Amino acid sequence: MDSANRAAIGASEPSPRTLAELATGERCILERLDLPEGLARRLMELGFLPGHEIIPGRRAPGGGPRVFQVDGSEVALREETAARLYVRLHPESDVAVTS
Amino acid sequence: MSDCHGASPRAGLLPNPSILPPRPANDRPIIVAIVGPPNAGKSTLFNRLTGLRQKVANFPGVTVEHRMGKAKLKDNHEVFLVDLPGVYSLHPRAEDEQVTHDVLKGERGDFPKPDAVILILDATNLGRHLVLAAPILDLGLPTLVLLNMADDLEQRGGKVDIAALSSDLNTPVALISASKGIGIERIQQFLMGTAARLNAPPARIELPVLQDVPKCRQWAAKLGAQASYRAPAPPLWTRRLDAVFLHPVAGPLVFAAVVVAVFQSIFSWAKPLMDSLQGVLLNFGHWLTTVLPDSPWRSLLVDGILSGVGSVVVFLPQILLLFLFIGILEDSGYLARAALIADRTMAKFGLQGKSFIPLLSAYACAVPAVMATRVIENKRDRIATIMIAPLMTCSARLPVYTLIIAAFIPNIPLAGGFFSLPAATMLSLYILGFAAAIITARVLKSTILQSRGSSFILEMPPYRWPTLQSLSLRLLDRAKIFLKRAGTVILLVAVLLWVLAHLPLENGKTPPLEHSLAGMVGKGIEPAIKPLGFNWKIGIGLITSLAAREVIVGTLGTIYGIEGDELQQSKGLQAAVRQDLSTAGAVALLIFFAFAMQCFSTLAVVKRETGGWRWPAFQFGYMLALAYSGSWIAFHITRYFLG
Repeated sequence: MDSANRAAIGASEPSPRTLAELATGERCILERLDLPEGLARRLMELGFLPGHEIIPGRRAPGGGPRVFQVDGSEVALREETAARLYVRLHPESDVAVTS
Repeated sequence: MSDCHGASPRAGLLPNPSILPPRPANDRPIIVAIVGPPNAGKSTLFNRLTGLRQKVANFPGVTVEHRMGKAKLKDNHEVFLVDLPGVYSLHPRAEDEQVTHDVLKGERGDFPKPDAVILILDATNLGRHLVLAAPILDLGLPTLVLLNMADDLEQRGGKVDIAALSSDLNTPVALISASKGIGIERIQQFLMGTAARLNAPPARIELPVLQDVPKCRQWAAKLGAQASYRAPAPPLWTRRLDAVFLHPVAGPLVFAAVVVAVFQSIFSWAKPLMDSLQGVLLNFGHWLTTVLPDSPWRSLLVDGILSGVGSVVVFLPQILLLFLFIGILEDSGYLARAALIADRTMAKFGLQGKSFIPLLSAYACAVPAVMATRVIENKRDRIATIMIAPLMTCSARLPVYTLIIAAFIPNIPLAGGFFSLPAATMLSLYILGFAAAIITARVLKSTILQSRGSSFILEMPPYRWPTLQSLSLRLLDRAKIFLKRAGTVILLVAVLLWVLAHLPLENGKTPPLEHSLAGMVGKGIEPAIKPLGFNWKIGIGLITSLAAREVIVGTLGTIYGIEGDELQQSKGLQAAVRQDLSTAGAVALLIFFAFAMQCFSTLAVVKRETGGWRWPAFQFGYMLALAYSGSWIAFHITRYFLG
């Protein structure tokens, strides 16, 4: 599986990024979900599937959960959940990855 | 992860293309289930198809609600429609998903297996929503696939080839707009089985492994591509509105304005409506008194039933106004944003943003609030929310607070006349209830209702205009429920109290209250409530208020035997209460009402929602203990300061 390979060669990147670390509008591709099965499945049903694009959006005022654009809809997640979703930057992302 | 179970790909046998099987000979009504993901427009479609011919019901034994309704077809036949809980898949995990799953599979003994399925999906998000088509088609039932929000799709430049999708799925597909009523006649045609018969003969279609979410999503993407699906542009207005509603500064301001508006609607805007309703009821009572001959029956009707039930019915405008507000907030999509904004604060007390919605409604009434906790998936979060909802100051406490404050709290201006002592007392009672609620939540969530990392996942629906039909159906529903309660529980208490206050007859005459059955009961509990500064008359009020808080006002009115018009009665009641209660006792009574669980309807709904008597019993005991100790402390402190 693609995500498994990625995890294995993860050393080529400085450190695996999580969805929680990204800036607003920074397009990324989901690699894997490090969450209990039930929660992971719910997120996948909402479009958080490995290989899918995610765009971080607005944060709730005062630093609450954050809205993510994913698979045609917008879903709010808490920071702690977003921190368990590992991503790589979108190849066409404006923010270039230096390597 | 659950991706790779060894199950082989299933091939779904394609259903009979006619949406409905031939009418059964034994004339069993035909049942069609409406299924779809949350926010796909299921309820709008259901309302559109059934109108007023619907009712809300609960599946026995579980907390999940469903709505049944009748749709009249043009050929004068009727089909029963059942609106099942919104699901993303048929993988049963949450309780509502389990119900949808069991009903569709025919695994619920108490509910017949549907004869056909209407699957409603959001056309503006077809890629993800089509995933649900796989498990639904796998059921092998005749299925009609509806792609809703056709108007939105077109407006935002999306498109889809219905014919191609229909042939790929091998089942009828229609593009509709449930809110605008576009394409509804197509559903009629399908239900009558006319259009469907033109379809191709049944054939197999390949379905992905249902447990494998990524595979199902790929399958849906392929179907979308084959149907030349073009996703619409992002909803521009939703983005624009979110820029304001979720703005770091403007967002909280709008949020605060919304909360204030809701409170304003409960307290001031509803008042003229309530006053006129009260006037109508009073005039009706006077009219009855003049028309009917003087007899015990007239007394029962006017002093017992009309004053008892009437004192509750006057709250109808207030409650409906609150539900109108909540309905607008929910249907427009703002409530999801409110939950998002509230999440951080609620998390501090161990709850989550979704608890905000029920707690807001609890200011009107705990009963709908408890039902509204269904949006919370985490069971422990949900029970914690149910446990604290009745501590919020519901509208039934208002008449009690108003009476006691008017009778005992002197009208001393505070803060340079900006505020007054009575208003400050009222506000303190609201704050007290809220504080007790959040502290209780904190305690519950860190002891018996601990949950590891309760998560908050909430889909943000695009903003939409609420439809008049959906709002009015909601209000009608609420009015029916409320009036039913007034006509049953409260009517019963009123009659019972009247009888108890008039028996046993002494020399063929009504006895003095002290010697009546009600008096004896009051005397019986007096030793228990004396430490709080209450005498036996207040005791009778406390007992009757177990049915519903506001009943105590009517009860005190009855037991003081006060007559005359409303103004005098209110003044007279205040004077009478002052004879029986010291100021310290009055403060204790306020605290008692702030904390005690005096509402049978709430207990009943908590029992239903938690599936047993354990939680309501705990809640009753906890709140009673809180009320008793709270008012004991308040009594002694006030007495100490007032000498």
